[in-house]
Amino acid sequence: MLSYIIRRVGYSVVMLVLVSFVGFVIIELPPGDFLTQLLTELEGRGDRSAEDRVTELRLRYGLDIPLLPRYVKWAANFVRGDFGESFALERPVREVIAQRFWLTCALAVASILLVWIAAIPIGVFSATNQYSIGDQIFTTISFIGLGVPGFLLALLLLFYVVQFTDVDILGLFSREYRDAPWSFAKFVDLLKHLWLPALIGSITGTAGLIRIMRGNLLDTLGQPFVESARARGLKSRTVTWKHAVRMAINPLIVILGSEALPGIIVGNALVATVLNLPTIGPEFVRALQRQDMYLAGTTLVFFTLILLVGNLLADLALAWLDPRIRLE
Amino acid sequence: MATATLDSEVLLDIRDLQVHFDVRRGTVRALEGVNFTIRKSKTLGVIGESGSGKSVTARAIMQLLAKNGSIVSGEMLYNRQRDDSGDSELIDIAQQPSDSQLMRDLRGGEIAMIFQEPMSSLTPVYTAGLHIGESIQLHLKPRQTVGDQMAKAIARQNRIPREEARQIAVEMLDKVGIPRPEERVVSYPHELSGGQRQRVMIAIALSCGPKLLIADEPTTALDVTTQAQINDLMLDLQEEFGMAIMYITHDLGVIAEMAEDIAVMYLGRIVEQGTTDAIFYNPQHPYTRALLRSIPRIGQTEGSRLEVIEGMVPDPFSIPTGCSFNNRCPDVMPGVCDARMPELLIAGDGQRAACLLHDPDTMQEVTRARVH
Repeated sequence: MLSYIIRRVGYSVVMLVLVSFVGFVIIELPPGDFLTQLLTELEGRGDRSAEDRVTELRLRYGLDIPLLPRYVKWAANFVRGDFGESFALERPVREVIAQRFWLTCALAVASILLVWIAAIPIGVFSATNQYSIGDQIFTTISFIGLGVPGFLLALLLLFYVVQFTDVDILGLFSREYRDAPWSFAKFVDLLKHLWLPALIGSITGTAGLIRIMRGNLLDTLGQPFVESARARGLKSRTVTWKHAVRMAINPLIVILGSEALPGIIVGNALVATVLNLPTIGPEFVRALQRQDMYLAGTTLVFFTLILLVGNLLADLALAWLDPRIRLE
Repeated sequence: MATATLDSEVLLDIRDLQVHFDVRRGTVRALEGVNFTIRKSKTLGVIGESGSGKSVTARAIMQLLAKNGSIVSGEMLYNRQRDDSGDSELIDIAQQPSDSQLMRDLRGGEIAMIFQEPMSSLTPVYTAGLHIGESIQLHLKPRQTVGDQMAKAIARQNRIPREEARQIAVEMLDKVGIPRPEERVVSYPHELSGGQRQRVMIAIALSCGPKLLIADEPTTALDVTTQAQINDLMLDLQEEFGMAIMYITHDLGVIAEMAEDIAVMYLGRIVEQGTTDAIFYNPQHPYTRALLRSIPRIGQTEGSRLEVIEGMVPDPFSIPTGCSFNNRCPDVMPGVCDARMPELLIAGDGQRAACLLHDPDTMQEVTRARVH
């Protein structure tokens, strides 16, 4: 088991290095990015302080050395926590991301919890009552949920809430807490705001997961071990949950790690933009639009990191849950 | 059924059992009046081609039919012996809802079943010991002891403690011939071979001391040497535990070795039932005779072809009228066999066969018609 973990962590590190290189090339790629513009502008000014600044920037980002050493220099800085500067925001990338990272995670975790709490029981119900009225209703709803894009749902909800209630729906905090330091009251305020974007973010995921859970469980219920469990005299409920669901849920763990977690953190940029949420997604989109390449590249590497960590956790969870995977 | 009575030697009496399945194309009459009896501590071999209804019969006895299947009519009288009082009561299994407490007590507790696919009959994420222990904790009650311990046992929902269940599991694994049972009790299914998995299935089935073991082609998926070992094991354990066995197979060689009684099935009916000797040495139904002729024999003339039964098993939606075997029967009497449904009648060496050749009234008519 230990060697399995070490091997998996090793693969992840290799993968991360490869992706970070791609991320770096992307940073370098666009002509006319912020850094180039800034340098041209400074050189154009031509005075002493501007020249000093140009030298400093060239040194910091290694503009005078070839690509590979420059990558190594960037990567070394990255590991040390220096992600470069967001030229558009005129702040270190590290600050920009740190500010938004925890809120993004909180939102993602809340969404995933909602997805699982809703999808698993509904999926199990649908499978054990296949073709019943209840199953048909859930199936219809889940197809609608799959078909309607999250941002549209967000817009509709936004319209409804603003039009008919006086709930302050935009953002994750009420106005008075928005710039206040962290306190218990602010945390409670966050929880009050969190459920709505979490709900919207989870609807598509829930709909998908219901379909998957239903399909998996139907497959599993047809397996001989389910029949032999029934033949031992176990209650239907025990057969379903202890034997069938326990087996049918394994593939969902993989989905959780490799799709759900990164998907919710990354993919909801559109929803977050509509609801004006202070998460990483919209900032990433803005950074790309402004060609704020250090912010964009760093975010990209972080997304990859989350994806890899998610995958790793899913693999480890699966190995823990399914003895067949623990083979050396 | 208060009125029905059973011979005290009989464990299970199936009478005119009919099972239908609703499918898209209509209703499949999987069982059309099945009759047979299983004697206490004896083995009944049920033999027949694929689709003849062997497995459906087994699942009907367990009340484990698929959702679209239902028992339309008939009785399955089970002679339940109370171990503590020695009294017996008669239960008509056909009348019991599948998920009732009584049915769940019978399933696994008094009527156990082992299946065709030992490779996938155990839940992959649970150990052999957990499977056995689960059954033991479900069906066996702790031995009544005095004082504190009894109070504790009752407090524990009258369950055998987990450690004791594990101990029984190890003993059972030892009984079914699994080497180093203390180690194997924590093995996962994928760590066991096919033969070992079937042994574990047998251990689960026998852990609660069932009165009837239904074995649905238990060795079909195993290689020949393992088959022989598993069958020997079942015979040994039958001697030790004294349970009756309903052994379903399409292998005539195996059945001759295993069973005291044989029921031959064809298209949802029993066409012949009798003792193994009677069926093998003096078969009365043309179908049984044809089956026996289709086994290769030592000493068969070299180069001679193996006899086959003419034609195919009919599609479930186009079963011939009259005797359902009439379109393949070598002894068919046109105008008689496709018009009349034969019933099980005494024939040969005391067995019963469902063939009009053994119906005196029909034969009289046929003879008279020939004379005229």
